[in-house]
Amino acid sequence: MSKVGTDRVKRGMAEMQKGGVIMDVVNAEQAKIAEQAGAVAVMALERVPSDIRAAGGVARMADPTIVEEVMNAVSIPVMAKARIGHIVEAKVLESMGVDYIDESEVLTPADEVYHLNKRDYTVPFVCGCRNLGEAARRIGEGTSMLRTKGEPGTGNIVEAVRHIREVNAQVRKLTHMSTDEVMTYAKDLGAPYEVLLEIKELGRLPVVNFAAGGVATPADAALMMELGADGVFVGSGIFKSDNPEKFARAIVEATTHYKDYDLIAKVSKDLGSAMKGLEISKIAPEERMQDRGW
Amino acid sequence: MVKIGVLGLQGAVREHVHAIESLGEEAVVVKHKEQLDTIDGLILPGGESTTIRRLIDQYDFYDALVQFGKAGNPIFGTCAGLILLANEIIGQDNAHLGLIDIKAVRNGFGRQRDSFEATLQITGIAEDFEAVFIRAPYIEEVGPNVEVLATYDGRIVAAQEGNIMCSAFHPELTDDNRLTNHFIEMVKKSKLVAQ
Repeated sequence: MSKVGTDRVKRGMAEMQKGGVIMDVVNAEQAKIAEQAGAVAVMALERVPSDIRAAGGVARMADPTIVEEVMNAVSIPVMAKARIGHIVEAKVLESMGVDYIDESEVLTPADEVYHLNKRDYTVPFVCGCRNLGEAARRIGEGTSMLRTKGEPGTGNIVEAVRHIREVNAQVRKLTHMSTDEVMTYAKDLGAPYEVLLEIKELGRLPVVNFAAGGVATPADAALMMELGADGVFVGSGIFKSDNPEKFARAIVEATTHYKDYDLIAKVSKDLGSAMKGLEISKIAPEERMQDRGW
Repeated sequence: MVKIGVLGLQGAVREHVHAIESLGEEAVVVKHKEQLDTIDGLILPGGESTTIRRLIDQYDFYDALVQFGKAGNPIFGTCAGLILLANEIIGQDNAHLGLIDIKAVRNGFGRQRDSFEATLQITGIAEDFEAVFIRAPYIEEVGPNVEVLATYDGRIVAAQEGNIMCSAFHPELTDDNRLTNHFIEMVKKSKLVAQ
């Protein structure tokens, strides 16, 4: 008797991605470049976050043609984004055989109150988080992987740094609490008590936590690994750079050997200009993607 | 005590380290080829085989790994590790390390939604092994000197040829350490012979 869609199978899939780079791609050609460069997975999108930001309007799940094209082009796992709370987009992506769904704040939320009940799906999910409360709520809903929200499409690492530091500091605090303090912490964070107990016992999150939202250079990727990320999502950074192929390889190497500074120096040479960054304070509050979802 | 390396370029490295340590042996994450000289056996973990292969080439690991295996040192590959060890990969012109006489099929059970858990019988090791298959490969054919250790649904999912062992599933994702323990026994024997 075999069982599909178990926690071990779904979380295990994310474990296999550890130490790797997941790259946003918008067509088969980019997906192949990403695979060649050593990406552990690709995220199939209609537009990368910086273009979504520039275009404005409502951002939705990608056209299934694009997702299919990418799935046919590569042998590594393919992820795709569904809007927060959009049950049908998620079910459609699952039925297409996508390997992982990102319930993503990069798209315009379909539901401002409820996130998806991710236990209803065989396919695993990745969700964004800014702090332990958000991380624990998503785990409570059944996410199998987390990532920092950062501020997508900005090429500015500051928010991703804030989020990974916050989550990890709160995990450390929880780990050192006595058990009778956990319920009050759960109340303060708005986090499920049982999930916090599990985290306390493990001394870490029970699912992997990748960095996302603003990684623009090999050094940014290495920084997030240094701060405790299990791997890195690179959105707009790669295919908005002058030489995507070289850039992609450099990010992969910097992520694998994030403590080898000679190597990071070497791979960072002559990469051409990285994507133009955005100062977070220049983004109107209603356009900040990280504030979508709760 | 034996010292077992886990190739630490990408993938589920921590889980293997944990399993080795919980069996009372020393584990070391191998990130540079020079480290191969200091270990008694090596585990190639699950991950993305294309990514790991690219990093193997990048860091000039290839010849060192092949020599390590050909010299008779025990190697255990799980999932992506099985793909890296196989002599032949169906649908691909080139295999990777070519250290075990098997023909492997990548993602043989389908995509992630088809990933599953099942109870396996592993010859001489376990009657009821809980195996986790994630976008797993299977072995379509084995050479004459390869021992089939386990099958699932008529497909070969674990095998051994001398000092090289592989599984399509992930023993490191459960607390059942019997297969890893079998590998550690192989390493101990090989170390005795070497001495």
